[in-house]
Amino acid sequence: MNIVLFLAPFSVGLGALGLLAFFWTMRSGQYDDPKGDAERILYDHLDEGPESDQ
Amino acid sequence: MSIALHRDLEAFVERDEAGRGRVELLVNGARCAGCISKIEKAVRGVPGVSAARLNLTTGKLAVELEPGKADPQAVVDTVEGLGYRACLFDPAEAKAAQDREGRELALALGVAGFGAGNVMMFTVPAWAGLFGQELNASTLTLMYWMAAIVATPCALFAGRPFFRSAWASLKRGKANMDVPISIGVILTLIVSFSETILHGQHAYFDAAVTLLFLLLIGRYLDHRLRANARSAARDLLALQTPVAMRLTGDVEQGIPVAEVAVGDRLVVAPGERVPVDGLVESGRSDLDNALITGETALAPVGAGARLHAGALNLSGRLVMTATARSEDSTLAAIARLMEAGAQTRSAYVRLADKAAALYVPVVHTIAALTFVGGWALGLGPREALLRAAAVLIVTCPCALGLAVPAVQIAASSRLFRKGVLVKSGAALERLAEVDHVVFDKTGVLTEGRPRLIDAPAHLLALAAPLARASRHPLAKAMALEAGVGLVAAECVETAGLGVEGLIDGRRARLGRAAFVGVEGGDARETELWFGFEGDVKIRFVFEDQPRADAAETIAELRRLGLSVEVLSGDLAGPVRDICHGAGITDWRAGLTPFEKASIVDALKANGRKVLMVGDGLNDAAALAKAHASMAPGAAVDAAQNAADLVFTGEGLGVVVEAIETAREARRRALENFGFSALYNLVAAPAAMLGFINPFIAALAMSGSSMVVLLNAARPSVSQARLSLRSRR
Repeated sequence: MNIVLFLAPFSVGLGALGLLAFFWTMRSGQYDDPKGDAERILYDHLDEGPESDQ
Repeated sequence: MSIALHRDLEAFVERDEAGRGRVELLVNGARCAGCISKIEKAVRGVPGVSAARLNLTTGKLAVELEPGKADPQAVVDTVEGLGYRACLFDPAEAKAAQDREGRELALALGVAGFGAGNVMMFTVPAWAGLFGQELNASTLTLMYWMAAIVATPCALFAGRPFFRSAWASLKRGKANMDVPISIGVILTLIVSFSETILHGQHAYFDAAVTLLFLLLIGRYLDHRLRANARSAARDLLALQTPVAMRLTGDVEQGIPVAEVAVGDRLVVAPGERVPVDGLVESGRSDLDNALITGETALAPVGAGARLHAGALNLSGRLVMTATARSEDSTLAAIARLMEAGAQTRSAYVRLADKAAALYVPVVHTIAALTFVGGWALGLGPREALLRAAAVLIVTCPCALGLAVPAVQIAASSRLFRKGVLVKSGAALERLAEVDHVVFDKTGVLTEGRPRLIDAPAHLLALAAPLARASRHPLAKAMALEAGVGLVAAECVETAGLGVEGLIDGRRARLGRAAFVGVEGGDARETELWFGFEGDVKIRFVFEDQPRADAAETIAELRRLGLSVEVLSGDLAGPVRDICHGAGITDWRAGLTPFEKASIVDALKANGRKVLMVGDGLNDAAALAKAHASMAPGAAVDAAQNAADLVFTGEGLGVVVEAIETAREARRRALENFGFSALYNLVAAPAAMLGFINPFIAALAMSGSSMVVLLNAARPSVSQARLSLRSRR
């Protein structure tokens, strides 16, 4: 039973980490131009990361 | 006279405190990494540009300008020099285009998904108790507390879009679908908390979050559908009225069209639209008035002629005097009619809201009766409240909330694959109800571009070298017919008249009758004359071809029980010919935009549900006023903006398909409502009698949603029939 007390919050924590990552991708505009981003990885000089919200 | 071409486009630059500017350009034609690379590199090379970034999804190029020395026109020229069409985007429009609502919905969806997934970890052990694996009471309470910690913040965050909409609707004294959802979620949380505190068994934290997750999927899909259509329309509208070039002395200065004052002298270059109503001061040209009047023949204009805003200047540079401000022009009057039409349409009550109006009072009355009845029958207040909450949860409008969006998403993605863009779910519902179809002629029943008729190949070959040298649309159509070949030498194009040049050393002219040296000539028909100097003159006649499947489409529409009518701004002769060919007996010609709109109004007053199909600016008001409307992809921006559906491709058959799909979608939505009603008839009494525990509630709830989703995704009968028909 003790292991559950440790593992359950741990796994919720991991989920929350994923959620934070999702928030970060959203904030930094990574879904603004899916088509362009797919093309940009083909050239090194275009690879500057997504445009951020000023 | 030399004219300094200084075009000042400061109106399109958005500056911050430090004087750094930002402009947005709409770039057409960029498709791949190569384009991005080329455009960004070239634009960064323009003096005064500090950064440029092209968004391939929306086609917008954001350019950062250094203080002082930057010239937006240089950026536009650079992009156009690379072979892409570019135009400046109004900063106010660019701001409005940011999709705040979509971002909020996506965040809510993410949070609800996280909550729904993780809360299960604590509620599944509780469900296990139902199969004999009993948890002891203190462990169960611990699990519920954990579930509460995860689920409550998630539900409150993810539920915000629903709470806000429900509150707004309640303030207006109405109940939409979000009211039962909000009450259900909040009441569920309250009951679950009280159960947890009292060490009870009936906590439904998982149900609250899962419900929001399922509903948000539908909500987000619905939003994407509308946002795509809206941003397309807004981009097109931004293209339509960018700048007017004001002439002050010798300097041309770009000003927003809204700032044009009466008496301003404006320059209209070939290929541009007339920005406001006015009089020609100097210059000669041909005008394409098709957008305003629907007439396909070109109108020659010279000094003193009257110009209407929206007319396309084809061949020569005109200097005009504005006689009206932008908001007083013919265009603006049409825009006002459109607005009025859109308002009457937004009052349309959607299927889901009609269902909610029935559903909300019934379910809440049952829940209230359960509580009062249970207490009266001696269950005690706690047990009675639990049962009332169970009624609300198990009858939660989950399936009802998904019923309509799921069906509409399925139907519109099916139509999208056929080249039809559906702007909103409400548009599909209205389209399903139409019983009368009104067509415009030019560009709808016909292809909307002139084609040469009955020209012997050897005569065509004679004139082709001159036709290839001209930019006039009729000459272009001719060159297209003739194919690639020689181009005449020493060509001189005279605006509004024709083109002159040397073919095999002989001087020849192609153009208006008078220009070539022919007396008279039927001015009403679209024609070009050609002749060598001192030789016989040849006449070429052009005609707008009817769409290949027009007649078949009309017959199909009749089979579906719809009546068909044509309203055209063109002259009676061509309209009669086209209608005769397509098998239409009801037609009216020579109508102004305002007459078209009032005819649609009159039909509406007679109780008809009108589907308007049109492509011109002269149809825009009628499109906005009709019960449902469609515009081809080649239509003017205003018409596409006013229409509910936009279709691409050459065929008119998609009109029939769109109507059939819309009717099918309506049937499916009604089926889904029927199923939800049936489900609630079974589930509500079960909950009242206390048979529902968390596990069964969760199963029943998601099960009903699944049935609704599967029914929406079921391939349609008409679809199968259509593919059979095309195979034959």
